[in-house]
Amino acid sequence: MSVDQSDIEKVASLSRLAIDSETTEQVVQKVNDILAMIDQMQAVDTDAVEPMTNPLDATQRLRADEVTEQDRREAFQAIAPATEAGLFLVPKVID
Amino acid sequence: MHDLTVCALSSALAAGEFSSVELTQHLIDRIKSLDGDYNAFLTLSEEHALQQASEADAARAKGDVHALCGIPIAHKDIFCTDGIRTSCGSKMLDNFVPPYSAALIEKFDGAGAVMLGKTNMDEFAMGASNETSFYGPVRNPWNTDCVPGGSSGGSAAAVAACLAPAATGTDTGGSIRQPAALCGITGMKPTYGRISRYGMIAFASSLDQAGPMARSVEDLALLLELMSGHDPKDSTSIDADVPDYSASLNNSIEGLRIGVPKEYFSEGLNPGTAACVERAIAEYEKLGAKISEISLPHSPLSVPAYYVVAPAEASTNLSRFDGVRYGHRCDNPTNLNDLYTRTRSEGFGEEVKRRILVGTYSLSAGYYDAYYRKAQKIRRLIQQDFVQAFKTVDLLIGPTSPSPAFPLGAKTSDPVAMYLEDIYTIAANLAGLPALSMPAGLVDNKPVGVQLIGNYLNEAQLLNAAHQFQCVTEWHQQRPSQGASA
Repeated sequence: MSVDQSDIEKVASLSRLAIDSETTEQVVQKVNDILAMIDQMQAVDTDAVEPMTNPLDATQRLRADEVTEQDRREAFQAIAPATEAGLFLVPKVID
Repeated sequence: MHDLTVCALSSALAAGEFSSVELTQHLIDRIKSLDGDYNAFLTLSEEHALQQASEADAARAKGDVHALCGIPIAHKDIFCTDGIRTSCGSKMLDNFVPPYSAALIEKFDGAGAVMLGKTNMDEFAMGASNETSFYGPVRNPWNTDCVPGGSSGGSAAAVAACLAPAATGTDTGGSIRQPAALCGITGMKPTYGRISRYGMIAFASSLDQAGPMARSVEDLALLLELMSGHDPKDSTSIDADVPDYSASLNNSIEGLRIGVPKEYFSEGLNPGTAACVERAIAEYEKLGAKISEISLPHSPLSVPAYYVVAPAEASTNLSRFDGVRYGHRCDNPTNLNDLYTRTRSEGFGEEVKRRILVGTYSLSAGYYDAYYRKAQKIRRLIQQDFVQAFKTVDLLIGPTSPSPAFPLGAKTSDPVAMYLEDIYTIAANLAGLPALSMPAGLVDNKPVGVQLIGNYLNEAQLLNAAHQFQCVTEWHQQRPSQGASA
């Protein structure tokens, strides 16, 4: 499979990335080089194979539903780009 | 003292030959005078290091201490360090000072080890040459026109140039083993889940694994024992006992069954590298190991499967960088979408963006089955090859990387060529197996690594076999000319 300019623009938008219009062609070409390499997979019949999500086939461990974290709001917000009254600030979402 | 191994430094500190403060100061001076040539360190935590060294000396004077007490260690800048900038090689985290430390860092702190600083790396650990770092490439101490490998290139170069006796690294597709090979040091990726990933900035969570990098297998054994163990804060951490890895290093390997995967000697392998690996295999025969050829038929599909799984996981992991809670934020965002898009476009470098695009594409509606699900199935086939192989052999041996260190810039414009650097290392990550690289020769005065791959949780046997090789060879004692000077 390969992608064209509009596919890349769509994926970039899903990824919240902007691609400079001057470099779009180059990005498309390099992504297509990678996809061509990846497509070697398609030659193998995997119909009867179970997908592997964890190399040890482990499943998510559950813990008791208890509060273990301490409140460290000040330490966490000290490194935030913008906060106010204990909240993270973002541009206005609703007018 | 900078050219001593961790074990030798530990004995010297115990014997009172010098103090940790003297040792730490010496290495800091050395980093300051020499690292301009290598760019191995991103942050030198001088004050913190000398404070830790002084505390280590005081603890040692009082009595029983851990073998690593007072030993200076360099940490890859992917591990969060409380109060010390952790950039992950990215502009996105250029201003990030974590409010907590990674579990691995806490283990070193608990043992009384000294953190010298944070080492350079490919941005978010995505690269095989250390050239994707926002802070510029690291140069290989054996030849400063060449790359050190990556992504743990700063750690490998620091250890090779004797700026640190040991370092930590992470290995998602070869990022400890390949730079260890290219810089002539010894490095290990243990079984997936052996070392806690808590506080280690995530790249591809089902593949990421931390590990030690040093100048001898004996040192790796000591470091790995400290670093390993169950951590409830990492949901994929293995709950299994950690053996005394040093205790079994001197076991005889008479009768050890070593398999040679024929696919690891395919076209593309540098003839000089191949000769070094053949010589290592002959050395193992002399040590009494039984060598046999085996096949890992699906291994040619490792790179294709990896470049779906890793970017897919990376694209989700990196979605957290949005300019809201920490890290880079663009100036004057006009709305929320503009904040996200400009922050991410400014903060991420070219290779990281490319992998996010490939990962997002492979997970997007209509392509998931053809890419992500297909890659997970191929991953199972690759793992089954190893399960089959370990029915008849104990370990596997082969090259770590296809060729010695290549010149800076040689592969930066061709991502697929760069990806093929990890052709022999990626399968162990996909299968979650422990593997190490150790020096096995020089080609054009550049180091070559030999790779050993072991069965699940069988790090002890892997280290034992590697140590036996280092007992009868001197490749691990070779130093670049700069590193050997005073």
